[in-house]
Amino acid sequence: MDVGIDLPLLWAVIILFGIMMYVVMDGFDLGIGILFPFLPERGDRDVMMNTVAPVWDGNETWLVLGGAGLLAAFPMAYAAVLSAFYLPIVLMLIGLIFRGVAFEFRFKASDRRRHLWDKAFIGGSVVATFFQGVTLGAYITGIRMSEGAFAGEAFDWLTPFSIFTGLGLIAAYALLGSTWLVMKTEADLQRRMRGLARAAAWAVFAAIVVISIWTPLTHPQIAQRWFTLPNLLWFSPVPVLVAAALYGLLRAARTESHSGPFVLALALVFLGYTGLGISLWPNIIPPQVSIWDAAAPPQSLGFALVGALLIIPVILAYTAWSYHVFRGKVRAGEGYH
Amino acid sequence: MFGLTALELARVQFGFTISFHIIFPAITIGLASYLAVLEACWLRTANPLYRDLYHYWLKIFAVNFGMGVVSGLVMAYQFGTNWSYFSAYAGGITGPLLAYEVLTAFFLEAGFLGVMLFGWNRVGPGLHFFSTVMVALGTLISATWILASNSWMQTPQGHQIIDGRVVPVDWLAVIFNPSFPYRLMHMVVAAYLATALFVGASGAWHLLRGNGTPAVRKMFSMALWMLLLVTPVQIAIGDQHGLNTLEHQPAKIAAIEGHWERPEPGAGVPLILFGLPDMEREETRFPLEIPRLGSLILTHSLDGEIPALKDFPPRDRPNSAIVFWSFRIMVGLGLLMLLLGLWGAWLRWRGGGRMYESRSFLKFAVWMGPAGLLAILAGWFTTEIGRQPWVVYGLMRTEDAVSPHGALQMGFTLALFVVVYFIVFGAGTVYMLRQVRTDPGRHPAEADEPGQAHRPARPLSAAPDDPRADTAGGAQTDSRS
Repeated sequence: MDVGIDLPLLWAVIILFGIMMYVVMDGFDLGIGILFPFLPERGDRDVMMNTVAPVWDGNETWLVLGGAGLLAAFPMAYAAVLSAFYLPIVLMLIGLIFRGVAFEFRFKASDRRRHLWDKAFIGGSVVATFFQGVTLGAYITGIRMSEGAFAGEAFDWLTPFSIFTGLGLIAAYALLGSTWLVMKTEADLQRRMRGLARAAAWAVFAAIVVISIWTPLTHPQIAQRWFTLPNLLWFSPVPVLVAAALYGLLRAARTESHSGPFVLALALVFLGYTGLGISLWPNIIPPQVSIWDAAAPPQSLGFALVGALLIIPVILAYTAWSYHVFRGKVRAGEGYH
Repeated sequence: MFGLTALELARVQFGFTISFHIIFPAITIGLASYLAVLEACWLRTANPLYRDLYHYWLKIFAVNFGMGVVSGLVMAYQFGTNWSYFSAYAGGITGPLLAYEVLTAFFLEAGFLGVMLFGWNRVGPGLHFFSTVMVALGTLISATWILASNSWMQTPQGHQIIDGRVVPVDWLAVIFNPSFPYRLMHMVVAAYLATALFVGASGAWHLLRGNGTPAVRKMFSMALWMLLLVTPVQIAIGDQHGLNTLEHQPAKIAAIEGHWERPEPGAGVPLILFGLPDMEREETRFPLEIPRLGSLILTHSLDGEIPALKDFPPRDRPNSAIVFWSFRIMVGLGLLMLLLGLWGAWLRWRGGGRMYESRSFLKFAVWMGPAGLLAILAGWFTTEIGRQPWVVYGLMRTEDAVSPHGALQMGFTLALFVVVYFIVFGAGTVYMLRQVRTDPGRHPAEADEPGQAHRPARPLSAAPDDPRADTAGGAQTDSRS
């Protein structure tokens, strides 16, 4: 199927979009789990959970799309990346299991047992987030390959850098979760979320600064990419925008704005994501294998692309409809009715 | 670890995680369609009985769906973590099929699930019904894609091997590969039957405790109609599926039958009812045989021949000792389902409410509750172990597909999955059964069970009695966005 379009490029864009959707949308779901320890009251926790109960499953589906898209478009990368990060991915999945079932089980358990599923929700959210971040850090660092397959050791992924990115992602999801809750709750709960959002924003800022210094220091190929012209010019607005988003966020969290902090948190996460993309592009198995090297046969890419381009807009439409149906504030005691 | 190699541990891990996983989607497929039927009946008749049954089963569906989602997520990543060479080799075909499953099915289910579970008072009755139908449709689309992928691995076609990997050349041939229609029908009908048995057992359980409300009777009756009408259809599909397997995977059939040697010409193949296939001795020990019946079933003639295990070199033979028995368990359970359906029909025909009162019949129905799921597991064990040693039939051996992890690492994750699955899905099953024990005919808003008070799904607390009344307006007045 030679139609003169760069199929691997389009697929890379689709997968990047899917993962970004996942990070943003499941980010605030997982963030709610991360914030649970700060809100010990049953009523607060019910409200927090109910803000995402109708949508979390759809949010998590973007992660499945990421996996399936990678297998479809870049099978070599899927095989290498998942083998290289075997343990962190399994641990992430285990975390997502506990987090996912807690949504239903928490409301089905007896009062005596509920605290167990609260802990499962917290633990699952933190573990899943941490290992997503670890995987991200290890991915930036790169994968040892030989003859098109993973050729490293079982614990290659475990480095101080990857642990730091794991912690950084916890802060980022906590920021998304707290600002989401500023938007979806009111009164005292909202007030406390404003405080947590400010703290999380500073933590995210610190993480971005540290990662921005650490990455080029330990990854010469990324340093070269950042600090040569014309990349440097392309890159220069990013730190400025990060600072602007942070400033706006801290302000919005203090004022009466309901949705402002969330929107700015999205902007902050988006900027971090963009920085990451610029650092790695066009490699899909850092540090050497490009999207064109790892691509599936054009017959596979073309067939799946037709579906993706036709169906993703429809998915976005009914997802937006679902969010619209459940718009507005969630209040204590009333659940959804 | 335990003397097992990394390959064996990877296979055990896949078998374990997929066996747990398949249970939930099977019930999801069946219950989603059942819920769509119940809601359609409610909208047509405005009989509150259907609405009560809808909400009763919706809560069970919600718990089950959550478990299906999280156990399925593991599957989507396991191909890469544990079977990386398979993924790199065949991802060009299985990847797009999986991607289509996500795009056309998973998102559809997840996108409308929220409204289905929590939207009773947020959208009008028509939109809510539409959401239920979309979720049900999503489950069926999902089954279609994943079974197309599995069937392609069983009976691959429409591809070429270029540079050591599979390249699709004809997608229609890939999707509509020879075993796909049979496997799809067999699995979807199996999901419906498993759900009917689960619903029937729940009804029987309530009836045995003297709770014979109209709602309980209705769901029990619906389940038995389903069994009566669909079990014979399933047996016919299974027969056709078997003939298809004989054509494309004869070694699997030989292993299922414990059939080692070709008989004398004209003597016909016996059906070995029971026996102990022995892979080392290359024979089925202690066989209890019916002459010529094997020929009759598999070739529909009295002296037809089928390939025997000794036609294949030892390293290409599937493990007959397992599939011989897993197949018989599946068939035996199927016959018991047929018996349950016929017994129910007979009691129904005799009238006088016997179907709702015969204690021996009701006890049988309760015991048959898990039979559909067990039959599904037995069937999948048969077809998956029966296609060994191939992961892609005739193209790639399972031993060449596995990721190069050490046995220690594989053993650790396997142990982790076993512990977590038993805790999580054990608890989930308890919660589902606890929900089954609540009264299907009672208004859920009156439920006083602990933990119910703030249940977000609590869909009935303000549900009007007439579905045609406009319910969308009031609930949204608190919206601020």
